[in-house]
Amino acid sequence: MCLAVPGEVLELLPDNMARVQFGQTIIAISLTFVEAVQPGDFVLAHSGFALTLLDKEEAAAQLALWHDVAAIMEEEAAARAARAS
Amino acid sequence: MKYVDEFRDAHMARGLVTQLHAAAAALPRPVRIMEICGGHTVAICRNGLHAVLPDNVRLVSGPGCPVCVTPSSLIDAAIWLAQQPGVQVFTFGDMLRVPGSTTTLAQVNEHTHSVQMIYSPLQVVQYAGDHPDQRCVLLGVGFETTAPMLAAAVAQAAERTLPNFFYVSAGKMTPPVMRALLQDAGVALDAFIAPGHVTTVIGAAAYQFIADEYHKPCVVAGFEVCDILDALVRIVRQLARREQRVEIEYTRSVTHAGNLKAQALLAQVFMPCATAWRGLGVIPHSGYALQPAYARYDAHKAFALPVVEEIEPAGCRCGEVLRGVCLPYECGLFGKGCTPTRPVGPCMVSSEGSCGAYFRFGVQP
Repeated sequence: MCLAVPGEVLELLPDNMARVQFGQTIIAISLTFVEAVQPGDFVLAHSGFALTLLDKEEAAAQLALWHDVAAIMEEEAAARAARAS
Repeated sequence: MKYVDEFRDAHMARGLVTQLHAAAAALPRPVRIMEICGGHTVAICRNGLHAVLPDNVRLVSGPGCPVCVTPSSLIDAAIWLAQQPGVQVFTFGDMLRVPGSTTTLAQVNEHTHSVQMIYSPLQVVQYAGDHPDQRCVLLGVGFETTAPMLAAAVAQAAERTLPNFFYVSAGKMTPPVMRALLQDAGVALDAFIAPGHVTTVIGAAAYQFIADEYHKPCVVAGFEVCDILDALVRIVRQLARREQRVEIEYTRSVTHAGNLKAQALLAQVFMPCATAWRGLGVIPHSGYALQPAYARYDAHKAFALPVVEEIEPAGCRCGEVLRGVCLPYECGLFGKGCTPTRPVGPCMVSSEGSCGAYFRFGVQP
């Protein structure tokens, strides 16, 4: 029930609402709990409200780190295989 | 960046699994890590993570499914409300099929047509405004992720001075139940994966007591497969180094302070109270009671709800499953008398219940 879904803000609406796209679905949600949201931003939505503005830089840094981890693990596995043969 | 598929990348997940095995090789003894949140349980089962864990790392599910920890007496009270003339009961879909002591809201609704499934609590305010002849009761079930939206509905009803809006306080808080589990000698956990969306609201600082007082690692994780694997790597590394820290893996959403606007509205509408958890008993300061300024919306006072005895179904071990001391498949009813289509206990009903997740995704011992 604590499921929250990332969606892209398409347009700001009156009454602190916004049109937000989740996959193929577009719905209006409340921006009551977030600040300084702009079209193009991604928010995490739950029960008709934006819970937070997703941090693009943090996300990109984490993905880059995992990419490096995967590459290093592959290199180490290849090195072990080479030593074993 | 769409914030979904990027975090499910199989190549990165394999790298993190390898990293987890390397980290686990340094553990001095086998460890038990609890994922508190039902959303994590589902993601772990769906991605088959139990099968790729190192032998010395065991995951157990916790009480983080709001439907599962709602006492049957509250379901019975909601069923009683749904049977009163001129009353409409509003709740999230998961609650409809949870067994009370004799029946479910869904079964009652076949006769009364007085139970409505909602997507947002604000729908109830709208409905109450449009239907002044109906008494509208919002069944306020949920953890800290949902509580701000429940608070928003109560606050909005108060702003509109709606006389026909009522609220059943059944919301629950996560840190107090984590403390209760740490104090329970039978549970014996080494670390927590903390819920990412709850923590988006309350902030990771809320778990500092786990590191300071109980000397256990606690890592706040997102819900994609790479998030959970990264959280496990961080926990296992802390355990191997005998460190105890609160870490945030879900950095794109979670901060130490949390969502201050949501916290302010929560404090305006609710105050902490002792509340009963199915399987865990009464836990102090773990519930949300209405502040005195909103007392007129309290359904318990407005309707003189009957006090109902707590009755657990015979043979059902949901209480132990919720504490992580019984794995779903260790219950005698699992997959036999109790399945998602014919559930006995709440953990099999809810889409986030541990038993339902273990059954649907075929998690084996």
